[in-house]
Amino acid sequence: MSTVTTLSLPTLPYADTALAPVISANTLSFHYGKHHKAYVDNGNKLLAGTDLEGRSMEEIVKATYGKADKAGIFNNVAQVWNHDFYWLSMRPGGGGAPTGRIGELINSSFGGYDAFKTELTQAAMTQFGSGWAWLVSEGGKLKVTKTPNAENPLPHGQTPLLTIDVWEHAYYLDFQNRRADYVAAWLEKLVNWEFAEKNLG
Amino acid sequence: MSHLSRRDVLAASLAGAAVGALAVRSLPSFAAEPAAPTAPTAPPAGPLVLAPLPYADTALAPVISQNTLSFHYGKHHKAYVDNGNKALAGSSLAQKSIPEILRATAGKPDQTAIYNNVGQAWNHDFYWKSMKAAGGGAPTGRMGDRLKADLGGYDAFRAVFTKAATGRFGSGWAWLVDTNGKLEIVDTPNADNPLTTDKKPLLVLDVWEHAYYLDYQNRRADYVGAWLDKLVNWEFAEANLG
Ligand SMILES: [Fe+2]
Ligand SMILES: [Fe+2]
Repeated sequence: MSTVTTLSLPTLPYADTALAPVISANTLSFHYGKHHKAYVDNGNKLLAGTDLEGRSMEEIVKATYGKADKAGIFNNVAQVWNHDFYWLSMRPGGGGAPTGRIGELINSSFGGYDAFKTELTQAAMTQFGSGWAWLVSEGGKLKVTKTPNAENPLPHGQTPLLTIDVWEHAYYLDFQNRRADYVAAWLEKLVNWEFAEKNLG
Repeated sequence: MSHLSRRDVLAASLAGAAVGALAVRSLPSFAAEPAAPTAPTAPPAGPLVLAPLPYADTALAPVISQNTLSFHYGKHHKAYVDNGNKALAGSSLAQKSIPEILRATAGKPDQTAIYNNVGQAWNHDFYWKSMKAAGGGAPTGRMGDRLKADLGGYDAFRAVFTKAATGRFGSGWAWLVDTNGKLEIVDTPNADNPLTTDKKPLLVLDVWEHAYYLDYQNRRADYVGAWLDKLVNWEFAEANLG
């Protein structure tokens, strides 16, 4: 992710109809146009005049993680970072088992794509309340993790490769209470494995 | 504004161990309620019961639509009841009251299935009762007097409650509670509730996104405003004062 002087709302990397029917244009209009935008706007408001203004999102997230008096900044900046990363974690015609370097790493780290799929589904389903499930790289091995609310892998020294948003706002208009169906469809049809591979560095 | 963080709940739970039994005795609990003949489920396979809604599923519209209730009550609440009973099956906790179950499992990573589902089953039961058709606005009588004496009046209550409900980041609840004779407003994350503390719940508002997303999408503030103006069941709050 790029260094920023102020937070900004990026352009979506695809048309707002491109992820349908898994994620509808209606969902994106709120998720990107309202939620993500509000995190950007509120984050900029809270950062204005502080010594964190002008630092990168990664630095801000690491510097404010776990600090009760910085919760507003942490929540909004981390959510901007998380949503930027989530949009890039998807593409139309994505999903399924990866090939190439990331495919080999999935196999060596999890014992195969199906085992990875089971682990990611489990993490996404058991993140109680709002949060995120992640594929990360740590110490040369891939891992699945989950985080509550705005938290992400950056303060934990892990390299994020992919994320799925499991806040209810991510799927409620399309799937209502059926989070499992959203997660399954996301894995089958939307995962951007090229993005994950690029994040390996 | 006071927040009930997980740490506060635990601290209060520990500090209140000696007096907790007295403080929670009068709290409503599923176990104390008769099984409803019209409940849409088979006889309960555990201590948690999905009680019928105390009104028609169209009664809260347009603030809360029938569509929202069909998922919120028929799917989310039902899943908490079913999963809670499943998690309690075979556990000695199944014989305990809901406050006792929550206090015994709070903060224990290997007990989250029981804690989260039992807490959510109770929270939703309390939420349905916190609302009624044509409710809301400023209360009169004893609740009106208490809002004035403890919080500076209805407008002050409304402002602080709105701030708690809109400021709760992520999933959770906003509560009006009675703490040793003084009204307070607190908010809790996820399944947490005041039953593990010395705070007696009077009213609750669900601010999980599933409570309002079909009707308001991202506009949580509009849901909170309409709930306060049109749905609050002040008679329920007053009855909970004891
Ligand atoms: Fe989101
Ligand atoms: Fe709910």
